Amino acid sequence: MQTQNGEARRSMDGNEATAYVAYRLSETIALYPITPSTPMGEISDEWAAKGTQNLWSHVPKIVEMQSEAGAAGAVHGMLQGGSLSTTFTASQGLLLMIPIMYKLAGQLIPFCMHVTARSLATHALSIFGDHSDVMSVRQTGFALLSSASVQEAHDLACIAHAATLPSRVPFLHFFDGFRTSHEINDLEILSDDVLRAMMDENAIQAHAKRAMTPDHPSIRGTAQNPDAFFQAREAANPFYAALPGIVQEAMFRFASLTGRSYHLFDYTGDPEADRVVVVMGSGGETLRETSLHLNSTGQRTGVLQVRLYRPFDSWSFLNALPASVKHITVLDRTKEPGAPGEPLFLDISSVVRAKGSTKWPVLPRVTGGRFGLASKEFTPAMAMAVFAEMQSDSPREEFTIGIEDDISGLSLRYDKDFRLPGQKFNQAVFFGLGSDGTVGANKNTIKIIAKKLNLHAQAYFVYDSKKAGAVTVSHLRFGKEPIHAPYLVESADFVGCHQYHLLEQQPVLEAAREGAIFLLNTPHGADTAWDHLSHETQEMIIAKKLKFYVIDAYKIARETGMGARINTIMQVAYFALCDILPLDQAISEIKSAIEKSYARKGADLVQKNWNAVDKSVEGVHEVVVPTRVTATMPRPFPIPVEAPEFVREVSGTLLAGRGDELPVSAFPPDGVWPTGTSKWEKRNLAQELPVWDSALCIQCNKCVIVCPHAAIRAKYYPEEALAGAPETFQSVAFRSPDISGQHYTIQVAPEDCTGCRLCINVCPAKDKTNAKHKALDAAPQAPIRESERLNFEFFESLPAPDRTRLKTDIVKDSQFFVPLFEYSGACVGCGETPYIKLVTQLFGDRAIIANATGCSSIYGGNLPTTPYTVNGDGRGPAWGNSLFEDNAEFGLGLRVSVNDKETQAHEMLVAFRDPLGADFVAEILAADQSTEAGIAAQRDRVSELRNRLGRIPENLRSRLDGLADYLVKKSVWIVGGDGWAYDIGFGGLDHVLSLGENINILVLDTEVYSNTGGQASKSTPTGAVAKFATSGKSQAKKDLGLYAMSYGDVYVAKIALGGKDSQTVKALAEAEAYPGTSLIIAYSHCIAHGYSLLHGLEQQKLAVDTGYWPLYRHDPRRRVAGLAPLVLDSPAPKLPLSRFTENEIRYRFLEATNKERATALAHVAQEHVNARYEIYRRMATSSLPEKNS
Amino acid sequence: MKLTTNYLGLELKSPFVVGASPLGDDPDMAKRLEDCGASALVMHSLFEEQLTSESAALTALTESIEESYAEALSYFPESAEYALGPEDYLDHISRLKKRVSIPVIASLNGRTPGGWIGHAKLMEEAGADAIELNIYDVPTDQEESGAELEARVMEVISGVRGKVKIPFAVKLSPFYSSLPNLAKNIHLAGANGLVLFNRFYQPDLDIEDLNVEPKLFLSTSSELLLRLRWMAILHGKSPLSLALSGGVHKVHDAVKGVMAGADVLQIVSLILRHGPQSLETLIKDFTAWMQEHDYKDVAEMRGCLSHRNSPDPGAFERANYLRVLQLWKV
Repeated sequence: MQTQNGEARRSMDGNEATAYVAYRLSETIALYPITPSTPMGEISDEWAAKGTQNLWSHVPKIVEMQSEAGAAGAVHGMLQGGSLSTTFTASQGLLLMIPIMYKLAGQLIPFCMHVTARSLATHALSIFGDHSDVMSVRQTGFALLSSASVQEAHDLACIAHAATLPSRVPFLHFFDGFRTSHEINDLEILSDDVLRAMMDENAIQAHAKRAMTPDHPSIRGTAQNPDAFFQAREAANPFYAALPGIVQEAMFRFASLTGRSYHLFDYTGDPEADRVVVVMGSGGETLRETSLHLNSTGQRTGVLQVRLYRPFDSWSFLNALPASVKHITVLDRTKEPGAPGEPLFLDISSVVRAKGSTKWPVLPRVTGGRFGLASKEFTPAMAMAVFAEMQSDSPREEFTIGIEDDISGLSLRYDKDFRLPGQKFNQAVFFGLGSDGTVGANKNTIKIIAKKLNLHAQAYFVYDSKKAGAVTVSHLRFGKEPIHAPYLVESADFVGCHQYHLLEQQPVLEAAREGAIFLLNTPHGADTAWDHLSHETQEMIIAKKLKFYVIDAYKIARETGMGARINTIMQVAYFALCDILPLDQAISEIKSAIEKSYARKGADLVQKNWNAVDKSVEGVHEVVVPTRVTATMPRPFPIPVEAPEFVREVSGTLLAGRGDELPVSAFPPDGVWPTGTSKWEKRNLAQELPVWDSALCIQCNKCVIVCPHAAIRAKYYPEEALAGAPETFQSVAFRSPDISGQHYTIQVAPEDCTGCRLCINVCPAKDKTNAKHKALDAAPQAPIRESERLNFEFFESLPAPDRTRLKTDIVKDSQFFVPLFEYSGACVGCGETPYIKLVTQLFGDRAIIANATGCSSIYGGNLPTTPYTVNGDGRGPAWGNSLFEDNAEFGLGLRVSVNDKETQAHEMLVAFRDPLGADFVAEILAADQSTEAGIAAQRDRVSELRNRLGRIPENLRSRLDGLADYLVKKSVWIVGGDGWAYDIGFGGLDHVLSLGENINILVLDTEVYSNTGGQASKSTPTGAVAKFATSGKSQAKKDLGLYAMSYGDVYVAKIALGGKDSQTVKALAEAEAYPGTSLIIAYSHCIAHGYSLLHGLEQQKLAVDTGYWPLYRHDPRRRVAGLAPLVLDSPAPKLPLSRFTENEIRYRFLEATNKERATALAHVAQEHVNARYEIYRRMATSSLPEKNS
Repeated sequence: MKLTTNYLGLELKSPFVVGASPLGDDPDMAKRLEDCGASALVMHSLFEEQLTSESAALTALTESIEESYAEALSYFPESAEYALGPEDYLDHISRLKKRVSIPVIASLNGRTPGGWIGHAKLMEEAGADAIELNIYDVPTDQEESGAELEARVMEVISGVRGKVKIPFAVKLSPFYSSLPNLAKNIHLAGANGLVLFNRFYQPDLDIEDLNVEPKLFLSTSSELLLRLRWMAILHGKSPLSLALSGGVHKVHDAVKGVMAGADVLQIVSLILRHGPQSLETLIKDFTAWMQEHDYKDVAEMRGCLSHRNSPDPGAFERANYLRVLQLWKV
């Protein structure tokens, strides 16, 4: 960020545009990451780290807190301390701030926070945009100011900061999550002069003077009694009465300074409109463009954009509307089930009813509609339908737009093919993968176009919810006029498909306009590319008269040493085909951008990229499009026909990128979704597969245990089961001291493997004559995909080993249990998922999992397909996500309920002991379920119990039937990351640890908030660089295990699969068997650590060997034998800590940026390691006194 | 008595230079070494691989995970943009220059002509007094001849000469077919000195895990003999400054090095084993030895037992081999 001395135009997204202002106008900032507001905090932290000053030549102090509630609390203190403060949040984060928001408003504290409006988690979580969150705080007393575009977010941020000071009413400034927060658009930047002119210095001083200080003491936050509270509450009324005027005055001042004019309610349209739509947020832009079109055809329509929603100024609202209005439709981007209408609709209805008669002799009709929940598209076609509905003879009082509601019949029909005529800008869509750099290249393209051609430009990116093989779709627009089109490109002049396989998987050509250019990255040349297309694709190319070009970008990338990065190659091809900028100039600009990006990283890198650029133009070839479709091959459907109907019809449609077409009836109304759906989605991400050499294999099953995606499996089975095996199916005699006469196979699921190579890396079986060859080697996927697919199909048909003969605490045995967590969307090489998979293998058939929000809830429960599945008996983990902050409590509640059900079942058995059989009941009640055999026997008893239900009174049979399964021991798991366990959920976790319930808590510790992009948590170790710890974390990592041990009766283990897999398996088995609370802290390597996860297990080993991650088990049961409960499972550190840290970017960052600090922190970190080991060593070698003795 | 010597055109207070190692990483340690008598300090090497392939790999790694997933468009703070480039190294040159008054020699390690050579210029701009170009090449390609390999060496040297005005020495391995000829060509290509020899990270074999493990052992006095031979052969034949690197642990090692023709002796393992004080002791012992043997200055001693000046030149050649074998027989 640079200080602006005059207004300058620049492209940026809504988050940066807002943070720019907030940062300059704040002295202190408290933060907590939450999508989609996280980038505002991150960029503020980066500015502060660079020493960027605010308007008063001061670097704001930034504090990352443990939760949004923490951030709000900190802000409250900062404000009462006299600072100008801000914070950024969204969704559940905003809800966590509500109690403090009441305080801030009640105490009349000038403050402005910025919110990227986002859905609230209801039947499901959604990270996307609507107004559910901000509507949930409309009662707090905060002023709510709404922006509808990137420029407005920038401008109204300033107006909000300016207006809060004289008004003393705190402000919540909001804009649409993703649609505005992540849209890149060009905007006029506010200069420091403008910002200064907007800020009332006297009001700032007055705020500072109100600070809590012993020099002028006061008391705040008193408790008031019935004699005082009510009157005092009403005493603030004049401040709210004055606020609309203050805001409008600030808007006038702003207009005089910038020429950009805003009002509390901005009306656009025909001055004599008969129909007006009232809306907040970005949907207003779409409505305005549509209204303009309608008015050009002689209709009389208008749009009223609400900016100041609270306090709602009724007179300003009425004055803004034309007197000619007959019908007002209020669009709410939220849903309030059970209410007589959505909030904005109700407000406006009541204002019109109460005060409208002063303006209209006959009150206009007011109807309401919902739109755009969770970033559902709102297009001109939908806006047309809204205006059309108002013209109908009997317009609906309540409707939805943008979906097909075949249950309640509320939805308006709209013409999906409608496009606003007279397209004013050039539009392009690009389909790519996150890993190929498509988005980055497009961001760069927008910059070049905006800067060099002085055009207005807009970019919006649609990202995947999968972390491995993530698909990105880039939507670009540019033109001579400002771009007000907050919806996806629907009529593209150019479509680029950067990944060949996406062409038949995604609706790539849907958005192409007639005559558009279509560029495909394909290994097939111009002469054969056509023949490799499906019937439907060929049909569309011909029907739309597309100009079809191909390029083999991967070949060029290989030849120029670019590996898999095809971004610049495709970018050059785009400029070569689109006549936007002279090609030479475009190339020169691209090269200059490359130099800027990579100069610090080495001249060779720059040169390689330049070489790729030079090779790109000659790589583009036109395909002669025949006049007729020649293909017979249909477009493949993403889900096999043998999948269950729901998966085929619903999941399949979502996978095909056509989820918007599904009607309401397709969805479960309570968000309860079937498990076991990921196996139907064959993603084929791996370029190479592990290939098994059965002769070399030592049958250790290590490859199986480390696989993050359960894509390589082991089985032993009787020889006769091999009948009918495919020709290439491999099998060898099973080596086991206990089991003889069986065969053994390691089999890869070729279409589910992501190619991480962890299995190959961990394989210890080397060819003694050629150490390069191991029992698992990598081989290209394509040639063996089909044969391995058949092999895997056959493998799955083989009988699973008998669970009762397997030991749960031995690595090899553990991997014969069927994984009930498979093919998740986790990152390639993920370090968390092997632990979850292992838990499901050992206990999944009786597990209930409470999962905190974070990576594990996203790869565990994000549609379209989910990885938790069932075994052959139909049993498997029951999985649920409540929230981020309450996961421990949620899991506790599940345990309490399970216990209670079990108790009720016991009570019924006792009550009906005689008819059911006294011995039989005694057997059930006293059953030993500590082994798989014991559990199997109890299941048999439960089955027999059901046979005997006829012996008890008829009216109680179904009740006991419902309770009977609880007689089989349930395994309750609370799973989450370190952000949850160490920070936001720590209070709940601590409470659960203190209760002694039989609960297993698995902390997947990546030492950062991985899901939101690597922000520091209290688990982040000393010296590691993370977001919000840009200069390296100074403090030590919290020792959560030691803390839990202090309760005395908690089983605690620290594990690292790559450090010692036998200890991992043993600890999990012990923890589950422990009849109290268990806490397992699992070291989880992560892409946020900054190294190739191919080496994840080696790095885990180094973590253990250096003492960075000591392995231990703290088992309170050992006290009974007079032993110290703590057992150290790893030896004293045998390597310096640097051997571990030197391999990770998170540590090397600091060395590269601040060597001296890195050295100092490394020294401190080593001391921490040494001291911690010494503490553990002493604990492990001495007995602790009995608890409560 | 004068200990001064000239190396690469730099006037040094003694022949005792701290060789390329992590010893220069800490400015305080550098200062201590200066106080203990070090006459110059060679920094640890900036590696070609660090500047090219590793940087490219890490860039690709971080880029490939960015802009993929809506909740995490990146995973590292932007302001801490990771650069494996030479910034820190270059900054460190300045830090050392501020802390010590002895010459600071930057070290660049590579084997192929390429963009990384340009970093020599950056080292010069950052204040390095000289550069040590460590050409660390292990030929594995059976299609590549010795001549081709030497030609590549010359290309790298010419490349560096074209970039910098400050002097630079070339550090070689002992495995070249004709070192005198190579030295001549190295001089013609523009280098100012030779450092004999670099010590490879020797691959060791793990016979249990069937792995190859790179290892580096600290040197011992036994490594001195190889260096003495080539030092003696090159002294006087080439105008290049000569530095002996590897095997100087005791005063007699140092005396032998100078007598064989070394302008400077690079000390590393001794200091790593016994601390900076050991350098001071070595220099003190060396001075005492000179006094005892009535040498007025180092120049008098330098090369007195070189191939050219030796009473028995054959001892440095093949005859030496025969004699040693004969002795062994006895």
